[in-house]
Amino acid sequence: MRAVVTVTGKDKKGIISKISAFLSEKNANIEDISQTILGEYFAMIMLVDLSEATEELSALAKECSELGKKIGMSVYMQHEDIFNAMHNV
Amino acid sequence: MFTKFDVLETIDMVEKEHLDIRTITMGISLFPCIRDTAEDTAQRVYDLVCRRAEKIVKTAEDLSREYGIPIVNKRVSVTPVSLISAAFPEEAPLIGRALDRAADALGIDFLGGYSALVHKSTADYERKFIRTIPEVLASTGRLCASVNVGSTRSGINMNAVKMMGEAFKRSAALTADKDGLGAAKLVAFCNAVEDNPFMAGAFHGAGEADVVVNVGVSGPGVVKHALEQIPDADLTEAAEMIKRTAFKITRAGQLIAKEAARRLDAEFGIVDLSLAPTPARGDSVAQILEELGLEQVGGHGTTAALALLNDAVKKGGVMASSRVGGLSGAFIPVSEDIGMIEAAEKGEINIDKLEAMTCVCSVGLDMIAIPGDTPATTIAAMIADEAAIGMINQKTTAVRIIPAPGKGVGEQVNFGGLLGRAPILPVHTTDSSRFVLRGGNIPAPIHSFKN
Repeated sequence: MRAVVTVTGKDKKGIISKISAFLSEKNANIEDISQTILGEYFAMIMLVDLSEATEELSALAKECSELGKKIGMSVYMQHEDIFNAMHNV
Repeated sequence: MFTKFDVLETIDMVEKEHLDIRTITMGISLFPCIRDTAEDTAQRVYDLVCRRAEKIVKTAEDLSREYGIPIVNKRVSVTPVSLISAAFPEEAPLIGRALDRAADALGIDFLGGYSALVHKSTADYERKFIRTIPEVLASTGRLCASVNVGSTRSGINMNAVKMMGEAFKRSAALTADKDGLGAAKLVAFCNAVEDNPFMAGAFHGAGEADVVVNVGVSGPGVVKHALEQIPDADLTEAAEMIKRTAFKITRAGQLIAKEAARRLDAEFGIVDLSLAPTPARGDSVAQILEELGLEQVGGHGTTAALALLNDAVKKGGVMASSRVGGLSGAFIPVSEDIGMIEAAEKGEINIDKLEAMTCVCSVGLDMIAIPGDTPATTIAAMIADEAAIGMINQKTTAVRIIPAPGKGVGEQVNFGGLLGRAPILPVHTTDSSRFVLRGGNIPAPIHSFKN
């Protein structure tokens, strides 16, 4: 099962390393990554495979949002189906 | 495959525009609970509801986290209690209180179904049951009651309408210390639907499966935001934009409804497409109408703007869901919508305009506070007006009116939370009692004879 990790907020150093360290610790595999910087605004979207992850998505999603608070960014992890449902016919 | 813009759009909808799933409502049939006595039946009802809905709160929380979409309310609807208490209608409150205890134990927000269906005539056990409603609403916290007093096929049962006028008065009077909160948990319907997930009017119809999951989506803020992007568009384009937005919102609801049904071992029922406001700023149906170009909701053009909105939401939503049902329209509850509250405070919206608006949207005169000294027959006449609109237009209409005890125009009621606050609106003070007290039935309209 795959999930989308979205990180948004004011650009600062070390965001990618912190997020990817977290994902690797949970044995989540990053399949795709895309990053944009608009002025001071940072937006990163990752597609991750959770089939071998050490925890369930609901627990990981909660930890992601807590990690976000710690590093001062907004971090979401969501099941990819929500985007497929909303944006594809 | 979705793009990064799609991802960011969804996140913005949740973070900034109040996109949420308004309710996951589990409908449970209580027919298997009927026993010889009210005590035994109440015990079976409590056990069944607690067992079947045991996982509803946890499942909703899990889904909310996994998909990143808030699920605001977790609710249960049950078979109309008047049907399962027909052998002992005066003891129906035992079942009502058992349901309220079950709702407490489950940690759900509301439980609906203390209901009776009397659209053609009132059976003796239903008359006795309806009389118990005010006391039960005053002595419970999460239980909601509704009565269907008319339908397009059967006309309007004016004897039941008269009883409901009295029920609203008494429900408010018995909860005078809470601004008449009892009346806010009571609905009089015409053309009630059996799969409505929204409160206070939800009940689980007799034609439904054992256990069903119905989902109500929301997102007035998302629609308003979409319209803000095209401030100069003509109304054809605006309608298209609303359709596209409603499609996305409903797809989220459909996905979550199916997954919730699977995890709760229940049948997937319907997705209700209603745009439901909350008192939060930016989560208002009235503000969508204002975004379409009205200075304030209630002004001339309001009914037309609402008709456009309501229709476009349905067209977008129907394509996004495999099964649409419930009320499916735009709600305009006065106390639960900041735009409506502001218009009411300025005197820009009145009951007559609200009534006109209900001709083109669901659901009716909803969460409107009126002076506490309004006679029961006047309230009954308001119910009759609203039921007539539903009956003739073959749509659901409802009345949820709070005659605020001891209060008058210029004051307000405050229920807090999702029920919000409402300034007291004036009603016509001319006497309608002779009309209401005639009783009998208003016959079904000629266009109901379709067979």
